[in-house]
Amino acid sequence: MPLNRDWIGRVAPKGDPVDVTRNDIRRFATAIGDQNPAYHDLQAARELGYTDLIAPPTFLIAASTGGGSGGFIHDPDLGLNYAMVVHGEEKFDFVRPVQAGDVLEMVQRVENIQAKGSNELLTLVTEVTSNGEPVATVTNTIVSRGTA
Amino acid sequence: MPSSIPTYADVSVGTEIPAQEFTLQRADLVKYAGASGDFNVIHWNERVAKSVGLPNVIAHGMLTMATAGRVVTDWVGDPGRVVSYGVRFSRPVVVEDDDKGATLVVSGIVEEKNEDGTVSIALTATVGENKVLMGAKAVVRLA
Repeated sequence: MPLNRDWIGRVAPKGDPVDVTRNDIRRFATAIGDQNPAYHDLQAARELGYTDLIAPPTFLIAASTGGGSGGFIHDPDLGLNYAMVVHGEEKFDFVRPVQAGDVLEMVQRVENIQAKGSNELLTLVTEVTSNGEPVATVTNTIVSRGTA
Repeated sequence: MPSSIPTYADVSVGTEIPAQEFTLQRADLVKYAGASGDFNVIHWNERVAKSVGLPNVIAHGMLTMATAGRVVTDWVGDPGRVVSYGVRFSRPVVVEDDDKGATLVVSGIVEEKNEDGTVSIALTATVGENKVLMGAKAVVRLA
């Protein structure tokens, strides 16, 4: 069954802000096998000009999972069957890297829903800020298989 | 980190970023699940993965993306110089329950030098003969 097109433009209820800690960054960097000193060593990060550890580019995925708005696209009214979903595309556009000490707020909206062959593409855009300042925009396209 | 960090003047269209080989095993998927909060069962449960038509457990697409991105951040040295990074997931990375897991080979090439001091890098990520990412591209600000 096709996704509910009324959802195009809908904005998720604001989730709780996410505190980014040094341990969160180190744990994520270790999980992706990345020993870049900027993620682990405060002194190294400062030598690069940052005030604290910076996070790997894809870290925002982990942050957004804990961001409270993850349930948004599970609303039955949208009609998304999670068993039929695969990840299509992901893009991060940064104003600056995420740093330890950031308090991230994420505002997610349904950018588009469109049919592509027998599938549907659901594009979600998340604006990420810390203390009101822009940090990044995350664009995520998920594929709903066979629902068009 | 590389001993010499590339500068904008150093690189030209066609500059190659050396290929790196990465191994993804079941334990890596479990670690990533914990660190990312993505506990989808197809990334750790073979029985469920096969029941939904997959050949076996598959790696998180975002783990593949993160791993491929290391080729860029290793090259540029300072990961904070990444201005954008985007990929399309073209094929799942199947991770067998053995001592080898999957071997991901990633390389890059400078595709464009932009007027704002950034360069665009196209990444190729393969497992065996198969490309697992399409249109993988990073834009980095060089010194």
